[in-house]
Amino acid sequence: MSNIKNKNIWFVWIGLMIIFMAYLGYTLTASEDKSFFMPGELTSGHHQIGVSCMACHDESFSDKDAVQDSCIECHGDQRKKPFDSHPREKFTDPRNADRLENINALYCVTCHVEHQPELADKTGLTQAKDFCVHCHQDIAEDRPSHKDMEFDSCASAGCHNYHNNRSLYTDFLVKHMDEEDILKTALVPEKELASVLEEIATYPHDRYPVVPLTLKYMDAPAKVVVKTSEDIKHDWLNTAHAKIGANCSSCHITESEDDKNSVWENKPDHKACIKCHDTEVSHFMQGKHGMRLKQNLTAMTPANARLPMKENVKHQEIGCNSCHQAHEYDLNTASVDSCLSCHNDKHSLAYKESSHYTLWKKEQSGELPKGSGVSCATCHMPRVAVDINDWLRRTVVQHNQNANLVPNEKMIRSTCMNCHGLSFSIDSLADESLIINNFKGTPKHHIESIDMARKDNERHLKDINNE
Amino acid sequence: MKHSSLVISISAAVSITAASGNVYAAGDTVPVKAMADALHLVMDSDRTIYTRKIVNRLVKKEKVIKASEHFDDDKALVLPAQMFRFGSELVQKRAKKLPDVNFSYSLQSLWPINKQNAPKTKAEKDGLKFVADNKGKNYYTEETLGGQKYFTAVYADTGVAPVCVSCHNKHKDTPKNDFKIGDVMGGVVIRIPIDG
Repeated sequence: MSNIKNKNIWFVWIGLMIIFMAYLGYTLTASEDKSFFMPGELTSGHHQIGVSCMACHDESFSDKDAVQDSCIECHGDQRKKPFDSHPREKFTDPRNADRLENINALYCVTCHVEHQPELADKTGLTQAKDFCVHCHQDIAEDRPSHKDMEFDSCASAGCHNYHNNRSLYTDFLVKHMDEEDILKTALVPEKELASVLEEIATYPHDRYPVVPLTLKYMDAPAKVVVKTSEDIKHDWLNTAHAKIGANCSSCHITESEDDKNSVWENKPDHKACIKCHDTEVSHFMQGKHGMRLKQNLTAMTPANARLPMKENVKHQEIGCNSCHQAHEYDLNTASVDSCLSCHNDKHSLAYKESSHYTLWKKEQSGELPKGSGVSCATCHMPRVAVDINDWLRRTVVQHNQNANLVPNEKMIRSTCMNCHGLSFSIDSLADESLIINNFKGTPKHHIESIDMARKDNERHLKDINNE
Repeated sequence: MKHSSLVISISAAVSITAASGNVYAAGDTVPVKAMADALHLVMDSDRTIYTRKIVNRLVKKEKVIKASEHFDDDKALVLPAQMFRFGSELVQKRAKKLPDVNFSYSLQSLWPINKQNAPKTKAEKDGLKFVADNKGKNYYTEETLGGQKYFTAVYADTGVAPVCVSCHNKHKDTPKNDFKIGDVMGGVVIRIPIDG
């Protein structure tokens, strides 16, 4: 009797083991969500794609260079602009071999360790904050103003940033040190696409020549045209799409090489947009809105976010048309209303009480000129000059809303300085309460970087005059 | 990767002629010293052309554009020293994909504007001092860095144009402000990994 009982227990145990192993096998090979195997929680920069281990690791999980390639694939562009003063190539030079023993600057994971969120600050940095000292311990000899500074103060707001250390260099601080809080020429730049289409080699010029279209040129299949509402026709006709020759088929047809297998898509996704807006879509897929799509995961939903989001939209999938509204493509909607339909944090909710919003309303009503209003997108998806390839630079809307967000002084040059003086911009971004209330008021903090640059400049001018 | 010398295929379009004037035979290897000298000759010639035919011509003679350390913000030409450094960084990046090519080079000075470009290793310190004290002579040695042995060559970098000298003398971060044309202002350090 006892033997039979033992045998049964064995069968149950083996059965459970088989089920468990099958679950592990399925999770490892077929399931999108592999978080069961995750050794620790991910930082806010990666948590959305953590379900897919392969987004960062290669299949062997042992190749450090493969992980490095993954980092660069998503973050490489941001390291180039405006100027990377610590490129990897500087550290592959044998003369810096001793420095690598202190900080292995060849690999991102040296300073950005994942799966240990308790070590990471809000920028994702896990390295001790005194890392600059390994190479720059004698900085006070060149910059007397830096004498007696705290070892962990290098990256304070408005000062140094390892990846773009030269964005706020001394001469730049001097050049802009006496600017007013609000510039007389406060306008955001115009974006460029139609004006440079001829130079964009990847644009499908042959298929969609740049000529204005009217309703009679609509090239949707007859059975689709019959069902198309007048609103949709009207919306399309009033967009830039119709004005520059982007017909129904531009978005709705998935093209094949021989055209025979071309398929009409009723609800095209980002893969349709990328045909003409490749820079914008690739930026979108680098940011939190689109990074899951880049990894071939299901689209991001507000439910995936760690920031507060509105309950009623938590399960809406995010693609290009979530913000841009198909056919209508009203940029004003995409610049404010789309953002506020999901985001529910204090900063977002305070926007409509801000002077930025007042300016935006005045621009919308025609009271102020184009480019003088400040929408959510003005700051978080700014119009920036981007080298879209080695030969062409154009002003595009940066659709990676994380590109200038962390550390926040990255926003100073790309955004704030279109309208504000440098000193005001630095101080404002250092004031946490001002950020929360969406810049209602003036900064209560003062960062001394410009003061130091001014003194340094005065000393230099005095030296020259004494020679 | 370890090389006692870099192999140059004579079937290629370019051949390297030794100092004696002899032409290498097919399959020959080029001694590291000759290789370093050849690399330096290319680097120095390119930089000289950039300085004379592009920067000095357009900035000083034609007066149509500026050259600036902050070339991006100032919409200006990159300085010759920056052009040299960018080339060095690009070589590092591209050489990674070429298994038979392994060398590095940098521009350094005993009086650097950026202190990160001061000599660090004993070979660099000795070499820069040697080429400054012995005009027209190069410095060759071997050193071990990060567990790898290198053939290290140092070549003088001389102020050839008035603009080189005046810019360095006036820069707010310069430790020396009395350079004259023809002075050795720094040096090019070339390293090639060797066995041993």
